[in-house]
Amino acid sequence: MIRIANGQGFWGDWLEAPVRLVDGGPIDYLTLDYLAEVTMSILQKQRQANSELGYARDFPPLIGRIAKKVRERRIKVVANAGGVNPVACARAVLSAAPGLKVAVVLGDDILERIPELLAKGYEMRNIDTDEPLSIISGRILSANAYVGAFPLAEALATGADVVISGRCADAALALAPMIHRFGWQPDDYDRLASGIVAGHIIECGAQCSGGNCQMDWQSIPDLANIGYPIVEAEPDGSFAVTKHPGTGGRIDSHGVKEQLLYEIGDPRQYFTPDCIADFTTLHLEDAGPDRVRGCGVRGAPRPAMLKASISYHAGWKASGTLVYSWPQAIEKARAADRIVRQRLEQLGLRFDEIASEYFGVNACHGPAARPAGDPPEVQVRISVRGADKQAVDRFTREMIPLVLTGPPGGTGYGEGRPEVRQIVAYWPALIPRDEIGTRVEVVE
Amino acid sequence: MIVQLARIAHTRSGDKGDIANIGVIAWQPQYYPILLREVTPERVKAFFGELVQGRVDRFELPNLHALNLLLHHALGGGGTVSLRTDAQGKTLGAALLAMEIEVDERELTD
Repeated sequence: MIRIANGQGFWGDWLEAPVRLVDGGPIDYLTLDYLAEVTMSILQKQRQANSELGYARDFPPLIGRIAKKVRERRIKVVANAGGVNPVACARAVLSAAPGLKVAVVLGDDILERIPELLAKGYEMRNIDTDEPLSIISGRILSANAYVGAFPLAEALATGADVVISGRCADAALALAPMIHRFGWQPDDYDRLASGIVAGHIIECGAQCSGGNCQMDWQSIPDLANIGYPIVEAEPDGSFAVTKHPGTGGRIDSHGVKEQLLYEIGDPRQYFTPDCIADFTTLHLEDAGPDRVRGCGVRGAPRPAMLKASISYHAGWKASGTLVYSWPQAIEKARAADRIVRQRLEQLGLRFDEIASEYFGVNACHGPAARPAGDPPEVQVRISVRGADKQAVDRFTREMIPLVLTGPPGGTGYGEGRPEVRQIVAYWPALIPRDEIGTRVEVVE
Repeated sequence: MIVQLARIAHTRSGDKGDIANIGVIAWQPQYYPILLREVTPERVKAFFGELVQGRVDRFELPNLHALNLLLHHALGGGGTVSLRTDAQGKTLGAALLAMEIEVDERELTD
């Protein structure tokens, strides 16, 4: 049995979590997931500005904090912290924690290869819209293929203390140690699928141990000290999900089910680079306090195509807010919205979309929101987006004047003029596996 | 009798591009058939009204006594394009708890 803990569900997750996982009890592997879809484009920009950047900058100082214990207890760290510059990330880790052995997985970054791949006839159509990639060529900011767990396992086999990848499937971070330690092969479909299911359960960190858990949430103890999840993986693919004793939160089958269903499509076909997992075959049971056991998962052979995550410039946007109070708060907020829209129209400004939301009324649930009555206050949030940056910028001048020129009692404008932000959109596509060659390097 | 979905199930929601997904989990195994009967794609689409611009798919997970709902074109373009506060659909699962369903009193065993 090996213990695999996940200490980071996204870049920006709780900084103390990985340290507490190392300090709080036995673990063999510590995984850290840093990369959301649009993170890659931010990192690509950072690397363009400075060739030594482009990775998750939280990661090297974290390794510095835990290096002593990692070395003493032979804990191995597996993280996709490399972003678009895994080698620079490895160097930063080595300067924060001299003496550790660091291996990187390369080959996921295909930004420079886009023209070559298009020329070969790969259209890389958007999975959601079916449009060919050529319509956004010239606006592409980053492009990465999702690699699987086998290259990560190969990196572990070098004896590295820290394995750093760029874009990889989130659940592959947890599957890699199982492949490495149990010798699973690419045709061990059921075991690989089991590892993917376990990896999916812990990939969002505390979201399976009591965080964001709807099930009886008020009774979940001590969220301030929430324990991040640990998978106890067995060579036959069965596993248990648990957390360190004395930590907050809760692990039971209801909370784990919520996470199993989180951001999935067809549960019978959960696509990953290493296998296709069938979530409907999982047998899940409570096995004591803060312990859930899983087994029985069936898998199918890995797909011929890998998913690529491409980001591109898609225009500009801005959002401005104002607050109105009782009485008739909703009516005042709606009147303010009408005035802004009329003034934008009179200025001849064109946008792809203007959207208005009313906090306290419908901002979260839209037309499905419960009736608000005559609430004590309402915040109106007006947002625009479009290709013309100047038009979006002009919009940002149209909110605050409402305070003196609109319905009575407008307030809440203290943060000043809204900021114009670039829209970096996400383009999911498929690329043949044969085109993505990964390799492992040990960085000294 | 008419009850809210919250009486028999809990939910979690998230996004994949412009698709919102809602996992609906029965509080008790014996409530799963009620989910199958009452939480139909048609009713879910009607409940959310114009928020859901596309179709609603439903997948069954009898092993977990749960359903997975996919709400297409439900996030204002999704991801960074969306102008919504809840561009990731994090609160849509909670919204669905207010959906009214019809149950026989004898079906409610807790």
